[in-house]
Amino acid sequence: MSQTLLEVKNLTQRFRLSQGLWQEMKFVNGKFVRQPKVVHAVNNVSFSIKKGEVFSIVGESGCGKSTTARAVIKLLAPSSGEIRFGGTDITHFDERQMLPFRRRMQMVFQNPYASLNPRRTIKSILTEPMLFHGLATTKQEAEEKALSLLDKVGLRSEQADRFPHQFSGGQRQRISVARALALSPEFIIADEPVSALDVSIQAQILNLMMDLREEFNLSYLFIAHDLAVVKHISDRVGVMYLGKLVEVGSKQAIYGNPLHPYTQALFASVPVLGSHNLRDTQLAGDVPATPTELPSGCYFAGRCPHVMEICRETEPELISYGTDHVCACHLIG
Amino acid sequence: MSDYLLEVNDLKTWFHTFKGVVKAVDGVSFRLKRGEILGIVGESGGGKSITGFSILKLIDPPGQFDGGQILFEGEDLLKKSEQEMQKIRGNKISMIFQDPMTSLNPLYTIGQQIEETLRMHQSELSREARRAKAVELLRIVGIPSPELRIDSYPHQFSGGMRQRVIIAISLATSPALIIADEPTTALDVTVQAQIIKRLTELVREHNASLILITHDLALVSEVADEILVMYCGKVVESGTVADIVTRPAHPYTIGLLQSIPDMAGERKRLEQIPGMVPSPFALPPGCKFAPRCSRYQDICDQQEPTSVPVNNRHSVCCHFYVEGGQPSESDLT
Amino acid sequence: MKQQLLQAFFGSEGYHNFRHNRLAMMGAAILFLFLLTAFFGPLITPQDPYNLKELDLNNSFKPPVWESGDSRFLLGTDQQGRDLLSGMVYGVRISMLVGVLATVYSLVIGTILGLIAGYRGGWVDSVIMRIADVQLSFPGMLIALFIMVAFGRGIDKLIIALTLVGWVTYARTVRGSTLAERNKEYVDAARVCGFPSWVIMFRHILPNVLTPLIVIGTIQVGNFILTEATLSFLGVGVPISQPSLGLLLANGYQVLFSGLWWVSIFPGITLLLMVIGTNLLGDFLRDELNPRLK
Repeated sequence: MSQTLLEVKNLTQRFRLSQGLWQEMKFVNGKFVRQPKVVHAVNNVSFSIKKGEVFSIVGESGCGKSTTARAVIKLLAPSSGEIRFGGTDITHFDERQMLPFRRRMQMVFQNPYASLNPRRTIKSILTEPMLFHGLATTKQEAEEKALSLLDKVGLRSEQADRFPHQFSGGQRQRISVARALALSPEFIIADEPVSALDVSIQAQILNLMMDLREEFNLSYLFIAHDLAVVKHISDRVGVMYLGKLVEVGSKQAIYGNPLHPYTQALFASVPVLGSHNLRDTQLAGDVPATPTELPSGCYFAGRCPHVMEICRETEPELISYGTDHVCACHLIG
Repeated sequence: MSDYLLEVNDLKTWFHTFKGVVKAVDGVSFRLKRGEILGIVGESGGGKSITGFSILKLIDPPGQFDGGQILFEGEDLLKKSEQEMQKIRGNKISMIFQDPMTSLNPLYTIGQQIEETLRMHQSELSREARRAKAVELLRIVGIPSPELRIDSYPHQFSGGMRQRVIIAISLATSPALIIADEPTTALDVTVQAQIIKRLTELVREHNASLILITHDLALVSEVADEILVMYCGKVVESGTVADIVTRPAHPYTIGLLQSIPDMAGERKRLEQIPGMVPSPFALPPGCKFAPRCSRYQDICDQQEPTSVPVNNRHSVCCHFYVEGGQPSESDLT
Repeated sequence: MKQQLLQAFFGSEGYHNFRHNRLAMMGAAILFLFLLTAFFGPLITPQDPYNLKELDLNNSFKPPVWESGDSRFLLGTDQQGRDLLSGMVYGVRISMLVGVLATVYSLVIGTILGLIAGYRGGWVDSVIMRIADVQLSFPGMLIALFIMVAFGRGIDKLIIALTLVGWVTYARTVRGSTLAERNKEYVDAARVCGFPSWVIMFRHILPNVLTPLIVIGTIQVGNFILTEATLSFLGVGVPISQPSLGLLLANGYQVLFSGLWWVSIFPGITLLLMVIGTNLLGDFLRDELNPRLK
């Protein structure tokens, strides 16, 4: 029985849109109050990840999945909620307190062209964190470890003295993965790691990540928008819309029996090789921008083909439906 | 005189750079009938976008045409002057570009941008007629309340809406051919489905032809009639959708199909094509795919394969192509 | 490794463009010549203009050698009998010293402040930028003038004055670049690894924002040379005992139209050449280092 490694409870992330003092002042209750517009990026999100598990959050752009990832790894200070890693509540840790945890949680980013410092050799990109955290005491030792890491991700050690721009997108992602592994973490957040890559390179990177997971018993939080990729790599999946998880469950549950109308719409929109999936009715309307005002009731009510009265008034709760399958929808509940 | 709207014969678009000659398009040939949808697929650097730009002669130095013909409605476009091309661009052949965020001029309303095309190519229309036509165009691409939105600026639209506007502009003059270069890559999956559906419907209604350039094989298999697979500037395989998807003959096509994470199937590991796309400055002699091919034999290095017909409309460029579409064990790395 | 770097440099497209760009090579040649002059000039000048014993008032206002002048004084003398050529060589030295040092100092200070402003944001950014804005609303010359008048003359004070004026451009540029770099994922990656802010600022971001500074710096040297010359011309630059080019210009200014043209013209031409040199090189660098490298 593997234990829970990461637990996220009621995570909320709000951003203030700074519009300048003049526009932010509002007359409320007889006084002038400063009320800047707020963007509600993540709204009350909860999930947990066990050791060795791959949990994916899937959704379209602006839905808050990347923001969730950044909040979990403390690149952002969460507005409210709780983040527990290995049992410890790290929600309000400052940088000093986070330092030992930085070793245990790492991240792979989406853009292979911006995630490596263009002015550094890849050897130095890999050795620097090791030396900083004391995983290697001499430069020599760090370099040896760096070379073995490169080997592990499928790059030749002669390339260690080169600069990022001398590598292709796929190779750069491998280097990013190597960097994430440099500190021997237990948990890696992958924020759309293959979205910017060609299909055949995607396959290589995904296979690499799966192999590494086996070898090091890693846990992943995988952020993606491609349902096919997610199906391939995940154990459990969460579907996000406007900052809320609308459906969460095991891969089999979500892909076998999608319950939420949004999940179903996503499935209906994915082109499938050699089939006519797109011929069916599509979801109308645009992917909404991250809201500055939260709708009352269900966030999806505006576009839902099965919308009912109650949907506009009350927000649906995540209700359990079978083993490891929850869904927030009045149709189901 | 043929019943082919577009005939490209042995097109060569080479870029003469400081570091060497990049043969972006190297001997590409294909034919397109009126009303047909052709999908050009391949990965980055394969030459598909440059093929699209070449048809419209939108190639700047150091690129130039080092050979071939582009017969549009019987006339060779490569022999036309810039002035003659300007009468064709946006008029008989229009293009949709990849990034909807930057394809529209932010300083003009969308109405003005549609009407500009009409003014250029259909100057006999009066102002009222132009405006009416613009509104109608917005309506058929699915923009709600077009009479009101026609005076909006691009930044007031979302990405999906902007792409619809661009489709409207491209249809304004009822062109015979539309070239769409990755029109939905930058869009979310639900919006992509809507846009592609509408685009292909409109193309059919107008009896125009569409060249859809994309890396998404699944997408193209759902909407196209014929598919061209490109690798390193060459067409490695061409045929109907059924040919390519169910009876692929070229090892690269097979590799691509197997790298795509499949929504339907249950595979443990994605097949991957070993190695990387070669640098355009160091292309292998002989067959460009040879270094990565599981069917490689000596002759592949020495002699470039020429196009061989497999059946009716299916042809492949390979010395050892797979017959009957059943890849053998050794093809599946 | 060194071999690699040299090969990369001389084989690069940039160097190739440089060799084919006559103006750029000219600019670089001019600057190189002046640098040489600044270093070795005093060893070969016929006269040491600081040495009052060598001056003889009988030699005053002698014309250049090709106009029936004295062969000892190739370009003629000024009103105190100082050899113009020697004076100019020393003047070039001063110009180069002031120009280069002031540029270097303002670059360092401006870069540090710009990095901090861009990375930290918030009130730190506001404060630094407001100071910069205020400073920019005063003409640089005026500020330098004020400082020189208030604190007295001297090369060191002049350099400080120019530094105080010049840091703003660098700070603004670096701040802009830092803001852009800060959003890039390699900075996020550095934060995820737990590196403290100053490490990220100076070891990660700084190398990536240096490129535009090379362009600005090169042209700034020319600007500072002119500013120093102007201040000296006005009499508030270097002390009169030191033969700044501006001072030489001023000396000959009164007699310019009474036929004693060489006293002003030659220093003037020298200044012109120095600034042309920096501008030509700077222009080339700006076009070359432009993000075509994206």
